[in-house]
Amino acid sequence: MIHSLFLINASGDIFLEKHWKSVVSRSVCDYFFEAQERATEPENVPPVIPTPHHYLISVLRHHIYFVAVIQSEVPPLFVIEFLHRVVDTFQDYFGVCTEAAIKDNVVVVYELLEEMLDNGFPLATESNILKELIKPPTILRTMVNTITGSTNVGEQLPTGQLSVVPWRRTGVKYTNNEAYFDVVEEIDAIIDKSGSTITAEIQGVIDACVKLTGMPDLTLSFMNPRLLDDVSFHPCVRFKRWEAERILSFIPPDGNFRLLSYHVSSQNLVAIPVYVKHNITFREGSSQGRFDLTLGPKQTMGKAVESVLVSSQLPRGVLNANLNPSQGTYTFDPVTKLLTWDVGKINPQKLPSLKGTMSLQAGASKPDENPTINIQFKIQQMAISGLKVNRLDMYGEKYKPFKGIKYMTKAGKFQICPYNTPFTGFSLTVLTNQIHVFR
Amino acid sequence: MSASSAFNDEKGGSSSVGEPEYGHDPASGGIFSSDYKRHDDLKEMLDSNKDSLKLEAMKRIVAMIARGKNASDLFPAVVKNVACKNIEVKKLVYVYLVRYAEEQQDLALLSISTFQRGLKDPNQLIRASALRVLSSIRVTIIVPIMMLAIKEAASDMSPYVRKTAAHAIPKLYSLDPEQKDQLIEVIEKLLADKTTLVAGSVVMAFEEVCPERIDLIHKNYRKLCNLLIDVEEWGQVVIINMLTRYARTQFLNPNINESLLEEGGSGDKTFYGSDEDEDEDEEEKEKKAEAAAMAKRKPYVMDPDHRLLLRNTKPLLQSRNAAVVMAVAQLYFHLAPKAEVGVIAKALVRLLRSHSEVQYVVLQNVATMSIKRRGMFEPYLKSFYIRSTDPTQIKVLKLEVLTNLANETNISTILREFQTYIKSMDKDFVAATIQAIGRCATNISEVRDTCLNGLVQLLSNRDELVVAESVVVIKKLLQMQPEKHSDIIKHMAKLTDNIQVPMARASILWLIGEYCEHVPKIAPDVLRKMAKSFTNEEDIVKLQIINLAAKLYLTNSKQTKLLTQYVLNLAKYDQNYDIRDRARFIRQLIVPTEKSGALSKYAKKLFLALKPAPVLESPFKDRDHFQLGSLSHLLNAKAGGYQELPDWPEAAPDPSVRNVEVKESVFTLLERVTTLTSVPEWTKCSSREKRKEKKVEKPFYTDSEGESGPTESADSESDSASGSESSSGSEESGSGSESEESKEASESEEEEEEEEEEQKKKKKKDLKKPVQESESEQSSEEEERKHQRKSKPRKSESESESDEDEESESESSQSESEDSESEAEVKKKKKTAESKPPPKPLKKESKKEKKEMSLLDLDDFEPAPSPQVTPVNTFLSNSLVTDLEGLSLSDSVLSPATIAPSSALKSYELLHRITGEGLSVEYCFSRQPFSPDANMVAVQMQFTNSASSDTKNLHIEDVKLQSGMRVKEFPEIELLPAGETATAVMGIDFCDSTQAANFQLCTHTRKFFVSIQPPVGELMRPVFLTENEFKKEQGQLMGMNEITEKLTLDVKCRNEHAIVQRVTTAANLSRVPCGSDKECRFAGRTVTSGSLVLVTVATKEEGAAQLTVNCEKMVIGTMLVKDILQALTQ
Repeated sequence: MIHSLFLINASGDIFLEKHWKSVVSRSVCDYFFEAQERATEPENVPPVIPTPHHYLISVLRHHIYFVAVIQSEVPPLFVIEFLHRVVDTFQDYFGVCTEAAIKDNVVVVYELLEEMLDNGFPLATESNILKELIKPPTILRTMVNTITGSTNVGEQLPTGQLSVVPWRRTGVKYTNNEAYFDVVEEIDAIIDKSGSTITAEIQGVIDACVKLTGMPDLTLSFMNPRLLDDVSFHPCVRFKRWEAERILSFIPPDGNFRLLSYHVSSQNLVAIPVYVKHNITFREGSSQGRFDLTLGPKQTMGKAVESVLVSSQLPRGVLNANLNPSQGTYTFDPVTKLLTWDVGKINPQKLPSLKGTMSLQAGASKPDENPTINIQFKIQQMAISGLKVNRLDMYGEKYKPFKGIKYMTKAGKFQICPYNTPFTGFSLTVLTNQIHVFR
Repeated sequence: MSASSAFNDEKGGSSSVGEPEYGHDPASGGIFSSDYKRHDDLKEMLDSNKDSLKLEAMKRIVAMIARGKNASDLFPAVVKNVACKNIEVKKLVYVYLVRYAEEQQDLALLSISTFQRGLKDPNQLIRASALRVLSSIRVTIIVPIMMLAIKEAASDMSPYVRKTAAHAIPKLYSLDPEQKDQLIEVIEKLLADKTTLVAGSVVMAFEEVCPERIDLIHKNYRKLCNLLIDVEEWGQVVIINMLTRYARTQFLNPNINESLLEEGGSGDKTFYGSDEDEDEDEEEKEKKAEAAAMAKRKPYVMDPDHRLLLRNTKPLLQSRNAAVVMAVAQLYFHLAPKAEVGVIAKALVRLLRSHSEVQYVVLQNVATMSIKRRGMFEPYLKSFYIRSTDPTQIKVLKLEVLTNLANETNISTILREFQTYIKSMDKDFVAATIQAIGRCATNISEVRDTCLNGLVQLLSNRDELVVAESVVVIKKLLQMQPEKHSDIIKHMAKLTDNIQVPMARASILWLIGEYCEHVPKIAPDVLRKMAKSFTNEEDIVKLQIINLAAKLYLTNSKQTKLLTQYVLNLAKYDQNYDIRDRARFIRQLIVPTEKSGALSKYAKKLFLALKPAPVLESPFKDRDHFQLGSLSHLLNAKAGGYQELPDWPEAAPDPSVRNVEVKESVFTLLERVTTLTSVPEWTKCSSREKRKEKKVEKPFYTDSEGESGPTESADSESDSASGSESSSGSEESGSGSESEESKEASESEEEEEEEEEEQKKKKKKDLKKPVQESESEQSSEEEERKHQRKSKPRKSESESESDEDEESESESSQSESEDSESEAEVKKKKKTAESKPPPKPLKKESKKEKKEMSLLDLDDFEPAPSPQVTPVNTFLSNSLVTDLEGLSLSDSVLSPATIAPSSALKSYELLHRITGEGLSVEYCFSRQPFSPDANMVAVQMQFTNSASSDTKNLHIEDVKLQSGMRVKEFPEIELLPAGETATAVMGIDFCDSTQAANFQLCTHTRKFFVSIQPPVGELMRPVFLTENEFKKEQGQLMGMNEITEKLTLDVKCRNEHAIVQRVTTAANLSRVPCGSDKECRFAGRTVTSGSLVLVTVATKEEGAAQLTVNCEKMVIGTMLVKDILQALTQ
């Protein structure tokens, strides 16, 4: 299985290595660097790179490459999924997963890696178990540790590994018992210039933050569980109960976790909460281009659209953009040609717009690419699919927990693609006619 | 040594990059100090008494290791601390040890004794961690110690230690492959482990050490399938992948008809291999093939084990772990019938939302799958649409999938998508899109012209790469129908002036050369231009210029002779060997000279032969011969350690390998009962009953099995005879036979554990008849059937029925005093009883009964409610009882078929030996329907006469009952000789109350006042409900009729099995299948009024549980709650 792990930063330095079997020389990473050079973008490095004696499987998170070295056949997803789990764990422990954080906590990192893999095979990956083994560093604890010389490593023997509910610590105690659930939905959409939806789907997650004493057994039911087309669960959820009754029944892990991710059935029409009117034109022979973009809310059920951020990759020919936003600020990076416009909140009375001109390279011909526009936004207190949690019940414990639920809708990969001029060669009407005849 | 390594370290340290805090680290920062002393401070700290200093030192050392710096010279100082009390220091020392032990083997040995001590620690976690570190130290010399430690740990009490042992196996194997045989033994042992904790790890060890030993899996197959859902996620991946391979060797291809079709279909495939043709005919062909297949072989029936695997893996598609989802997806792709594969599409599409690395791998697999099973992904077409923010490698893969999914119905939408892609700024992606358009055009003839036109338009694109790619693709498309498109060729000829991309130029030249007859005027002109620029062209273009020249020379030598000569001369002096060679070769071939041989005649044929159009194929075609999801599949090359996915077998290997070998088939039924749990102690006891029971059951089996009847009955006869012989003497011989049986039992014991699952199947096969009968029996046709049976001469039932049965009946009709002797086993019993104090065997017997019966409750591995067929109460007295009741033997034979899923029989004393003056009576509730009256509870009484004189005329008198209650007395027992036992069954209608039935038990001399008070649990009979029925019924019995009680389960009773066992012991209920593993449900009806009794035990953490009883009769409900509560908490 996993032989070694190398952590490589954006500038190509190996800043951490860990070996689970015999040591693999770090020169094996040269193959990775080669591939990195070939790839134009950092994310284009192939996740799996074969070398004469090893295979390198890597993931890129937070500008750090986690490169696992393996020697023989293993499902690549197995390794990839594990590496992501490692990153998640680091994030959980240190708040961020940056080079600096890892270097500062190198001992904890090492201890974690030691526990997570045994001989290259995953051993303890549940965050609750790991926290029982190795306590996450907090400022307070670091101070106490330096003064008293006590340690991060749990003194008690971790019994979580032996439990039937490995995801939950035993002996959890809180003075305030609370359970919060965030229903977050993301809209992925591709919209063409005329504003009609090419594809749109809703992906949702329910993230939970559960701080409950003892061994609570929770059930969460929905008003309209039929909306959920496809779901994947945290291992704590009892699958059969869901199958039979569409009720989420589970003994929650302690702390933050993702209870459920779901996909809303594509049969349902997806309400698109914003619209974009845009007109980006370049004229032949002129070194100027016009840029005109207006945003507006649509189907938001009265909720405000917030944190709107528009970004667009302008054609390479564009030298500069001289634009005038009605609200918010915009930036244009002349190197990457990336235009971003931080709009903020959309005021339905006064729609935000961004207008102005773009200067092109003199004498260059009109760019044929049209830029796509990516939009990010947030809508609080609304799940766009209409999913509603019916109730949350707790069994197995006597106290009354405080329960809270929050809904939010976000833009996922929300993209407006500007082409509407049919590609002249493919006269589609003809095409459909032809097919008609053939049948 | 340490000095030199320190020196190396210095070098290594200074050459390594990216260490901003280099200078801050006192350990490594000793640039100015001498190399020899640089770690001295650390050594000092490690030698100190303070844990905090040691810890600090270890932390620095670990930080050095993490940065890849050499810290091996500290080994002696570190290894001393291996026994340190501080846990964190200890852990860091372990980290260090595992890293450097390989380099410093001798010193590492110093630490071994610490671990050996740790292996004996009473705490399981310490044992496990000791084993873990011990096995991680790669020192060859300790191989024997490791081997020993692993073997010991493999039989440790704690599953966690066993898991660690499983992890240690591959470590030892990689250290010393010689140990393989021994390790396989350990693996075999651990494979039999039934805990979820161990399953994943041991299969991983199996895969690394002996993946070829597929035979080891047989016995564990069903268990693995059933455990799968509870195994941790990483283990699931390994198990599923292994089971895929296993299933490929053991089961038949479920798509056997389809594959036949493919074989037949491939021959007459159209040239272009267009998918749609295939599609249209597919159904027809399938029908034909099906018909053919039907004629050839038996219709395909899926092995139930195959089905089990598919069913148990399906829920895992909902896992949050992408690797698990992928593993299930590949399992379905490789193993499921075509119609069922579709379920995986949704889950795979879901994974596309994950990290880009996950997307990359999933898309690779989807691309392969979409070629074989296009329909599966068609509904998700839009999920593969490309976003501008996707990384290029993802875009290209999505494009691949979209192309694979294209057919004549969706091509227009796909092409519209493609046309937006062409405008993308990512040029690699645009090039890939053009390729994709080309492939769509070849595959779907309807759009070929449209695509071609579109591509031609692209030729005027400003981007050279786009144009070049288009040219290449157009070239391929034109090859299919060149005559129609001379204008396109002309158009392309003009492009030679502008296009600089060599591949595109080469393509154009090839096209013109190939179809020079279509463009007779332009071709020579192009050659002229090319000759002019020849020296500046790329090699690939030069070769094509030579080609063009040669072809023109052959077709139009008048115009081009000189040009050709010129080009060939230029080529002759080219720097490239290849070009010079080609020039020489072509000159000899086309220019006729005296020397040139016969070949020049054929030059034209050689050059202008009709060339088949290239088939634009997906690079993912046929990649599915690699197991999907594997590294090898991703790389399209065999990775080290890859296990080939075997082809389906022609004929299914014997499915019984997954069963337990049972020595005599007649034992199966009882075995089935006894093996439901693996409580080893009782197997010994039960085996005696087996033999006895065998006789009773025999005719029944032979009846249904038919073929093996005669031999078996003969067997059993001799068996029983020998049994009676051996036991005729004394107690000793009895115990002798017992030990002999126990041997048998222990032999089968090993396999028993895995038997649960197949029990049902076998039962279904073997006992089709009894099941039917038992069903009808349930529907209270008792009386009628009894009549039938009575009237029916037994011979008509089955000829293979054993003789002794007939004997027994005839004897019983002869005289009742003799009749008890008619059965061999009764004889035997009698004889053993003679030598023993009578109550003893009785108690023993009843104990056995109890244990035995308690095993009957099945864990509901199968959710489907299947009636459990169990031999109820057919022990020694069975035939006697039935005889006494005047029933034909066939009835008693059928009694095993009566449904009593979970009868745990508890004996109660009715009359003590002392009070009874030698006569002792025990009774138990047999939980058998009392056939004369369905509303009565059957009470089985056992009379033992331990007095010195015979007891005569045993019967009941003076029955005192509460109103409504009724009693059906047992027939009078005429004679109970001294030392003998007899059994009788009476029926009591308790009227659904726990009131005692009082009566007098009379012998020829005395009368005893006795009373029978039923526990509430006996006032009901099991009914079978489905989960839904149960819920419906429960919904109607709410409020007053529902009693809920919280409880803490007894420590021994925390698993489902124990709960089921205890509940069914306490009350005569049957298990209701239940979706949740945290709940056990039971149902029954009261015997008299038939009111439903529903019991639910919902378990929670820490042994907490909630008991719910729903019953219309509140009194019964309340009492039942009390009883079950007691059963569960003690």
